[in-house]
Amino acid sequence: MELLTLADAIQRHVRDGQSIALEGFTHLIPHAAGHEIIRQGRRNLHLIRMTPDLVYDQMIGMGCANRLTFSWGGNPGVGSLHRLRDAIATDWPAPLAIVEHSHAEMAVAYQAGASGLPCGLMRRYADTDLARLPAAPLRSIQCPFTGASLAAVRAINPDVTILHAQQVDAAGNVLIRGILGAAKEAAMAAERLLVTVEEQVERFDADMNAVVLPAATVTAVSIVPGGAYPSYAQGYYPRDNRFYIDWDDISRDRQTFTAWMEKHVMSLRDHEEHLRVLGVAA
Amino acid sequence: MSTVDYTSDEIMTVTAARQLRNGAVCFVGIGLPSAACNLARMTHAPDLVLIYESGTVGTRPTVLPLSIGDSELAETAAAVIPLPEIFTHYLQRGRVDVGFLGAAQIDRYGNLNSTVIGDYAHPTVRLPGAGGAPEIATHAREVLVIIKQSPRTFVPQLDFRTSCGYLEGNGARRAALCPGRGPRAVITDFGVLRPHPETDELQLTALYPGVTVEAARKATGWPLQVAAELEALAPPEPADLVSLRDLHARTRAAHASPVRISLPVATRR
Repeated sequence: MELLTLADAIQRHVRDGQSIALEGFTHLIPHAAGHEIIRQGRRNLHLIRMTPDLVYDQMIGMGCANRLTFSWGGNPGVGSLHRLRDAIATDWPAPLAIVEHSHAEMAVAYQAGASGLPCGLMRRYADTDLARLPAAPLRSIQCPFTGASLAAVRAINPDVTILHAQQVDAAGNVLIRGILGAAKEAAMAAERLLVTVEEQVERFDADMNAVVLPAATVTAVSIVPGGAYPSYAQGYYPRDNRFYIDWDDISRDRQTFTAWMEKHVMSLRDHEEHLRVLGVAA
Repeated sequence: MSTVDYTSDEIMTVTAARQLRNGAVCFVGIGLPSAACNLARMTHAPDLVLIYESGTVGTRPTVLPLSIGDSELAETAAAVIPLPEIFTHYLQRGRVDVGFLGAAQIDRYGNLNSTVIGDYAHPTVRLPGAGGAPEIATHAREVLVIIKQSPRTFVPQLDFRTSCGYLEGNGARRAALCPGRGPRAVITDFGVLRPHPETDELQLTALYPGVTVEAARKATGWPLQVAAELEALAPPEPADLVSLRDLHARTRAAHASPVRISLPVATRR
């Protein structure tokens, strides 16, 4: 584990053309890291995330990606991700190939990747059109013990997984509290793991079964208070549901979106400035 | 009593809530399903066990979450577990009694589309996609569907089958060894449809006050079958409407409150 500024961590560890997974299910979405990747102009990324959320809507709209693996691509409780839709429907700002899963499939694919397996297994009884898509990484196999028909899902092993978490301790271990999504599985499946955290502490005040990513599993940690905003960090700040609702109007139109990104991300130095410009930092 | 005003969203939510028995383990989606489940929990079914796919089990939110993973869900949960376990240990293992689904399209056998309108490669409308729906539709002991009824949503042929209802009908789902029984009821803004016991075809079994069979037929993209005995559904009880409106008012207030993040004085590198 190395302690780096976020800019240095992205500079050193995220390359054009890589597969990267920014995970965190609604909670602990690493928005600051997504913005830094946009600022540094990465291209042709294969983005992997169960719920692309605003962070991938922004990265796709700013031209960082040529491929997306996902399982639910909406703005939760609000509606569409307009930049994602525009990229799929009209190739703006660049063509985007998609690999589409269900949540359960994608969770199993991460678990397989994290376990060193080439694929994960699911019980599958009834056919859906998802399984018939040309790019579907899904095959039917037979259980050698019972003869049952099972679905095999190809493992996901991102080049880089990026998470946001609450704390790093003096030894470089990372603590995650609250809703986990598939963060731990995505972390253990990756070649490299970058983590942004709310703060550094001497030692954790946590139960022995708390989710800790030991320093040996972590490539680099960056201290970025508010780094999940407008997503949230349990114990630090709530999800800005107002902003998620507002994003619908900001992102609907290409010009409005581009101008917003220019003003709130591209022209700013870092996430702290971003929070100050938005009036969120107290 | 007969003069109580209510919206179609309100009667759909109240009707859906009435389908839930106390103590059931219920897999909840965002929107009307979440409102219906929490209304049921706050009224006739206090021991309803709500599971949200983000990883919260036995959650008892006081406001409705905007997203499936709001902190309210974690803070009021009996357990917060990794998301993969929701789909493996709970859903696939058969621990979910009721799954609640919405969709953009439904066909006469209760199969659902939440992926795309038009051609998959060149969609007219790209929808969010599957999420938890295909496995909920497969594994939950039974499924409730909430969907507004119109020729655009009740279609003769789905543009994409995201989740299974009764497949091609006439026992096809049972023959496919699907562990869950399939959609028990489809709750619309006209009334309730249920599958025919032999053909599996959805038929209109209940209507809201003031709604006609003819209007329901016009809102259906196939020749709608009507049950021999059509139930007349009661309007929402005033007490239910009060609970539901309070819940929505609390939710709106919670979602409107501004977020402030205290940054440490010197975080500069």
